Amino acid sequence: MMTTQENKVMTLTEAINRYVTNGCHLSIGGFTLNRNPMAAVHEIIRQEKRDLHVYAHSNGQGVDELIGGGCVSRLEIAYGGTGKFMSTCIRFRKAVEEQTLMVEDYSNFQMTLRFLAGAMGVPYLPTRSSLGTDIIEKWGFSEEFRNEDPRIPNRKLVVADNPFDGWGDTEKVVLVPAINPDVTIIHVQTADARGNCRMEGLTFADVEQAKASRVLIITCEDLVAEGYLKTEPDRNQIPFIHATAVVKVPFGAYPTACYRYYDYDPVYMKAYARAAHDDAAYQDFLAEMVYPHKTHTDLLDHVGRHRLETILAGRNCGYAKNLDRR
Amino acid sequence: MEYTLKELMTICAAREIKNGDIVFCGTGISMLAAMAAKNINAPDSVIFFETGAIDSELAHIPLAVADSRIMYHTSANGGLMDAFCTMQNPFVGQRVVGILGAAQIDIYGNLNSTVIGEYDAPDVRFSGSGGACDVASFVSRSIIFMKMEKRKFKKKLDYLTSPGYLDGPDGRKNAGLPPGGPDKVITDMGVMGFDPDTKQMILLGCFPGITPEQILDHMEFEIRTDQATEVPVPTETELTLLREKCDPQRLIL
Repeated sequence: MMTTQENKVMTLTEAINRYVTNGCHLSIGGFTLNRNPMAAVHEIIRQEKRDLHVYAHSNGQGVDELIGGGCVSRLEIAYGGTGKFMSTCIRFRKAVEEQTLMVEDYSNFQMTLRFLAGAMGVPYLPTRSSLGTDIIEKWGFSEEFRNEDPRIPNRKLVVADNPFDGWGDTEKVVLVPAINPDVTIIHVQTADARGNCRMEGLTFADVEQAKASRVLIITCEDLVAEGYLKTEPDRNQIPFIHATAVVKVPFGAYPTACYRYYDYDPVYMKAYARAAHDDAAYQDFLAEMVYPHKTHTDLLDHVGRHRLETILAGRNCGYAKNLDRR
Repeated sequence: MEYTLKELMTICAAREIKNGDIVFCGTGISMLAAMAAKNINAPDSVIFFETGAIDSELAHIPLAVADSRIMYHTSANGGLMDAFCTMQNPFVGQRVVGILGAAQIDIYGNLNSTVIGEYDAPDVRFSGSGGACDVASFVSRSIIFMKMEKRKFKKKLDYLTSPGYLDGPDGRKNAGLPPGGPDKVITDMGVMGFDPDTKQMILLGCFPGITPEQILDHMEFEIRTDQATEVPVPTETELTLLREKCDPQRLIL
């Protein structure tokens, strides 16, 4: 939904309510424990969205909470983990082992290429990754299932001979099919009301995901005046023509990190991992951290100023130098 | 000087890294090994992450490959596309050394980090490939960390996530992969390499106090042990630099 309408600012409740529908195909930005659009994830859980089809490279914490919230039915993913706090995402693992979630595996490069193909408007792109592996051999979605759903390609990955006869010292390539999500949600450091975006630090695959999507919801730390981002355009990554909705959400990636703004919160991450192992404890976690908070500000109030101060990032180094991460 | 098993493993991996290498690392001990190499024996190696950061300063230890600590003082902050293209790139890709870990490994160094049991109905689900399959597909050599256990050194993997030599000397070529493959396997009992002709795993070194027989007892498949020697213990310099420069808070050690 590429609109040039000037002011796309709305509340998070409105953006999720309007664009994230039951059964829609969704991708979220960030990587493992950094710049996940967590405020949006919690709003999706509170609005009890169901049957989502999620595309992920390594979108750790956000994807695990969406699964834990009962929102996801199908998942195409490269990596379900957040590093030291969860080497394998726990609600993801439980859902796959209990077979309440259909999952199909790719590599991180393949998922990135799939978003890029979607953003470029081509049906697939080639790579040399995964030749000879079960990532090609084993499908999570059967041929029958694929044929029934016009929104999923008829094959997972296709190995093809190089049509340029060995050019580039390459005999075979793997073709990875394009992804065009219904909705992509990203959290960025700075945006304006039209949806121009500036990210700091690594961009992960946010740009490819944003441009591949029919609807792009942007949550941001700072919502700046019209024209501000145009004074240093070299630092911007996504122009407004791709944007659908813009929501100002300070600490919108919390409990994951946002470079130069705040770090991840080890207290939350550890408490989450503990609760996620047990269904009853997990319901208690949701009842404390997600359901009662009408907005992200309410969650931040619940967490409290003291804890948020411990994760505030140094403007130069980009993270909280003295954070206790043991 | 006393040392822990983890310190010995980290230093064994660091010794494999040379000046000029571009080191792809994951989280935990692999990141620490790359940091150790840079601080001890290969100051001109380059640390590189799949999330798009290259030549990170790493003033503080990152707990994930997307940790903001890897974004500080880099040569360039990009994204996943930059990182994976770097490895598929014919000029710089062959200089990349991958450091990987997995739940299972076979005699040809193929790795499983996806499932135990059937893919459709797994007994245990792991994180999945992430960038590991891409790294194993593209780069000239990789170093693999493994814990010695029978259920981890498998005759047949439950799922082949990341390619080693596949089924033998011509495996990669037949599949269409670029040349390359696993170089060393660093375990908690010793170090393995791969026979240049058969591409099968061989025992190169045992940790002090460990015999080849003990290592074989922890594997489902047999490997040659006739070239095995004792792994040199970490020096005082290695240990001091590892502890004081790399992980003073002991977040990983």
